[in-house]
Order: sequence, then C-alpha cells, then structure tokens
Amino acid sequence: MTQKRITKELQEVLATPPPGIKVNLVDESNVHNWNIIMDGPADSPYAGGKFQLLLVLPPEYPFKPPKINFKTRIYHPNVTFDEHGSMCIGILKSEAWKPSSRIPNVLTAIQQLLLEPVPDDALEQATAQKFKEDRKAYDKEAREMTKKYAK
Amino acid sequence: MDSDDDFNMSSEEEDVLEDSDNDNGSVDDFGFDEPEPDLGYTQKEQVKKEKRTFDTNFKVYHPDDIQAQQDDLIDEVNMILDIRKEDAAILLRHFRWNKERLIEDYMDRPKKVLEDAGLGPSTTGPPKLEVIPGFMCDICCEDEPGLKSFAMKCGHRYCADCYGQYLNQKIKEEGEAARIQCPQDGCKRILDAKSLDLLVTSDLQNRYHELLTRTYVEDKEQMKWCPAPDCQNAIECGIKKKDLDKVVPTVACDCKHRFCFGCALPDHQPAPCELVKKWLKKCADDSETANWISANTKECPKCNSTIEKNGGCNHMTCRKCKHEFCWMCMGLWSEHGTSWYNCNRFEEKSGSEARDAQAKSRVSLERYLHYYNRYANHEQSAKLDKDIFTKTEKKMISLQTASGMSWIEVQYLNSASHALQTCRQTLKWTYAFAFYLARNNLTEMFEDNQKDLEMAVEALSEMFEKPVDELANAKLKVEIMDKTSYCNKRRVILLADTADNLANGVWKWSNNN
Repeated sequence: MTQKRITKELQEVLATPPPGIKVNLVDESNVHNWNIIMDGPADSPYAGGKFQLLLVLPPEYPFKPPKINFKTRIYHPNVTFDEHGSMCIGILKSEAWKPSSRIPNVLTAIQQLLLEPVPDDALEQATAQKFKEDRKAYDKEAREMTKKYAK
Repeated sequence: MDSDDDFNMSSEEEDVLEDSDNDNGSVDDFGFDEPEPDLGYTQKEQVKKEKRTFDTNFKVYHPDDIQAQQDDLIDEVNMILDIRKEDAAILLRHFRWNKERLIEDYMDRPKKVLEDAGLGPSTTGPPKLEVIPGFMCDICCEDEPGLKSFAMKCGHRYCADCYGQYLNQKIKEEGEAARIQCPQDGCKRILDAKSLDLLVTSDLQNRYHELLTRTYVEDKEQMKWCPAPDCQNAIECGIKKKDLDKVVPTVACDCKHRFCFGCALPDHQPAPCELVKKWLKKCADDSETANWISANTKECPKCNSTIEKNGGCNHMTCRKCKHEFCWMCMGLWSEHGTSWYNCNRFEEKSGSEARDAQAKSRVSLERYLHYYNRYANHEQSAKLDKDIFTKTEKKMISLQTASGMSWIEVQYLNSASHALQTCRQTLKWTYAFAFYLARNNLTEMFEDNQKDLEMAVEALSEMFEKPVDELANAKLKVEIMDKTSYCNKRRVILLADTADNLANGVWKWSNNN
C-alpha cells in the first residue's frame, strides 16, 4: 500500500515541482530513493548554488519519516559540514512526523532552513557562533563555500 | 505541640480500641468518669520513639492500586465536569494528574483547556468505523469501494488499516501512549482509549495501557517505580529533590528491594545522593587505573604530568614540558653530570624537594585508595552475600536434619545472614562518606561507630561461616543471635548519628576532592 502512495507523490512532484526544486529517481526501478536538486534561495548567501540532496523513503513510509541528506557540501549551522550532510529539522523528527505529511512539505521546510538558519539548534557550533556574532562574515563564508562546492 | 499532632495522627482503629479500654477501666476500677487518654498516649509516644531518624515515610503501591488510583480520579473528573471518561483521562494526563488545577482551569475557560489538551472542537457523533462512498485515504491513497475508515472527533478520516498501522508504529516502535495525535499533519487531537479499541488488537491495547500507567507514575513527583527487575510496584514518598542534602530516603519495596527514593540506586545510607553520585563517578574514572598509577608511575616534578617509565634509563624527559630529571632521585638531570644509569645523588637538594612534592600528590591518591579499597571490599562481600543467602537455606535444612531442630529454631541463621547483608551495605557507604568528610570531632565519633560496626560484622561473618556440626552447638547459636542483634544495633546507632548530623547540616566536607 505504501507503493501506491509513493507513486502518487512522485507523480505529483514531477508534474508540479515546488519552485526551485527538481526531482528524479536515483534508479528508475526503485521509487524509494529520490535525487533532489535544490536551488539556493535568492536573498540567501546560497543563491546561485545548486545543492544535491538524497531523499530515502524507509519501507515503513509514510508511518516513518523519510531520511534526507545534503550530498553537496553546505556551510550552514544546521547541516553537518562533511560527506554525510546530515541535518536537524523539526518535521522529520518522529514525534512531529505525521503519516499525512508530504514530501513537498519537507522540501520547502529545507528551503526555509536555508533562508533562516536556527543557530540554537545547531549541528555545527562554530558556524552557528559566526552566524550569531558576525553575520557578514558568515554570509561571506557561505557565499564562498557555495561557489566552491555548489556549482 | 508535637505530642498533640502525634495523638491525632495515630490510626483510628487503635484509638477506638484504646478509648473503649480506658473508659471501661476508669469507670469500673476507679469509679470516676474522666477518661484517661494518658495511657494510650504513652504507648504511642513509645511507638514514636521507635521510629528512627533515618527512616523515611513511604507507601508501596501494587499494579492494581495504581490502576485504581487513576480510575478514581477519572471517575471524579467525569462526574464533576460531566465529560466522557476517555476525555477526562486525556485532560488529567495533560494536567499531569493535578485534579484541582484541571477543574479550576476548566471552570475558567473550558474551550481553551480542551483545545490545549488535544480535545479541540468536535464535528461528528461518537467515533466509529464507517464505509463512506467515494472516500480516498490520504495516507495510502487507496479508494476502493467498501474501504472501512475512521475519524476521531476532529473529523480527519483515514482508512482503518492505515490508522491501525500508525497506532502500531507509535505504541510499539516509539513507546508513545498519552501523546498520540491524530495522523493529520498539524492536528493536535489526542487519541482516546475508546478509539484505540476500535482500531488495534488486544495485545496492543494492553501495551497502550501499560504505557499509560508508566506515564502516570512518571508524571507524579512523589512516585517512583521500584527499580528491581520484574517488580511492578511503585513507591510514593514525600521527600523532594531539594531535601536530598538533608536526608537519605531509603525505601523498601514489598519485593524486598531496598533503594534510595532520591536517586533510585540501591540503599546507600548514610551517604547522601550527591556524594554517592560523585563517588561512583570517581570510582568509575579511577579505581583500577589509580591502583596501577600508584604502583607504576611518578609525576613530573615540574608539570605534574603522570609518567610511566617503560625503559631502563633513568634519564627522563617529560613529554609534556620537556623537563629533564632523574627517575631515581627525582632531581634535575643537569646536576647528574655523567653518572648515567646509576643515581647515587639521593641527598641532593633539588632531588629531595622534588620528592617531597611527589609525596604530597601521592598522599591524596593513597587517601583515596584507602577508602576505595574498604568500600570495594564491602561491596565484594555484599555480592558474596547473595551466595551466603542460598547457602544459608541449605545450611538451615542440613542443620535441621543434623540436630533435630525445627524450622523455627534455625531461623536465627536467616536473621544473621540478613543482618550481614544490610550492615555491609551500610559499611560500604560509610567509606565513601568518610572520603568526603573534613576531619573534626564529629569525624572521630563517626569513625568509632564505623569501627564498632565493622568489627561486629566481621565477627558475625566468621561465626556464620562455621561448619554445620559446630553451628548445631547451642552456645554458638546464642552467640550468633547476640552478635546479630548487636550488629543491627550498631548499624542503627551509626545511621541515626549520621542522619541527625546531616539533617542539622553540621557535617563539614573536605574540599580537596
């Protein structure tokens, strides 16, 4: 029964993707692994960058939340600056996730996170520190990293 | 004032009995009417004296009691506020079982209270499974005709399979019960027990109720589960967190497990929780390592880094501060000239100063080891006590056959074994306690008490280990009985003394640990 839901969600996202987001399957025969390309939002130091993310739907989806990671390095307080690109985002916590939540909601939540980092909930303490204390330096660093990695 | 309170607090049953006794006695024997409450009073005064200062008031609740408590509260709220029982339960859980606050708040603004608790405005009648034409489940996207679906009072409808699987995920995988919300994104409606019953199997329902009971106890500040494995009882005790520097609230569950209500660790009287936590952490960090360090290392005379000598040469260079010194005399290496490999400069000034500093740092380590070794020894013995207990049973049986004594007549061995266990538990913690004490007159008294108890325990332990044929000896039996009661008495004295001083805040703690 999850297959039907996933197929429907995929069709919807392919037909009308949220602005600034492209979706395709990593492997056409497996609807559980989605490849996401997210544009860095305008008005953010990530503008102009293209960020790749991997979205994995667990077998229990939609009763368990999807897993999503940045494949492109990103300088951001809430995303680990390493090969995992793990992030901490409210909607994906099991106590907040509802089976009726949809993947586009998750994707827009991530875009929102790029626009408005949450330094108090940081995974990268140093980055959060800079974001709070020296916004200009943070913006500059984020722009440079975007140029370096997210082309 | 105190005595009045005591009189009033005594159990009603006793009062009735004693009052009638008094009335009869005074009327018949003395011929005047005035009742004599004094008689009953003195008896109670004695009872009161027997309650020792280090004892804590508590109550044990069995699973049925815990269920009944919840049911009573739910019934009460159900009647007072005239709402469904399952909703009353949700409201009570939301208010952490504070009935008074719930009723007060509900009277003020019922709408807000219901909404906050996840019982927002309702649209439909009593929830039931329904087949609705043209329905499509938003979770699985199925829309086949005849699909059974369910919605709580919030009206968010999903197919029965998805609802069930969602609840299964929450209850079984996440261990959630009191805070399961409607599956709709953003809906805060809390699942009620009646809806649950319609949707899942009975074993999942049982699990749900188990989890609810667990949160009931965990939500109450004065209640704690008995931490013994497989024990399902809970203990109620009025000691608050802020009292824990003044009392050590040991409680005893009906399963026989004795533990501290403050921190749930096994009984650690006389040492207060904070100290126990500190001590256990220190031991976890230190114990074996400290022994090894003591035997195999020295500290750099300059930066105090601990250094292990793993080669033959006495010319040491500290990795950390690059200080060069001689392992033998601890003196500056530069003063050694060319006397490599062999230090004969023990009397040199730089050397003896360094050795003094070394000795000082060793003293603190050795002080710790002194207390730790005694603590560990009693802990080890306490572990052996588990064997002793089973051995005692066997001993008692073989003693019965060997000497012709009855079961009752050999019970003194059981008492002795029990005394050994509790006394050792206490002794063990006296050493952790002593480690943190600053030296003064009180400490000396404490150490005298500790020594008395320890000697008594070791003596009893020795008698207890005698072979069965000697145990049958009547003289030894009397000796064991005497020593048992002496041990218990010494333990009471020690605990009463420490508890009083703790309550009065007169212990002085050493601050270099």
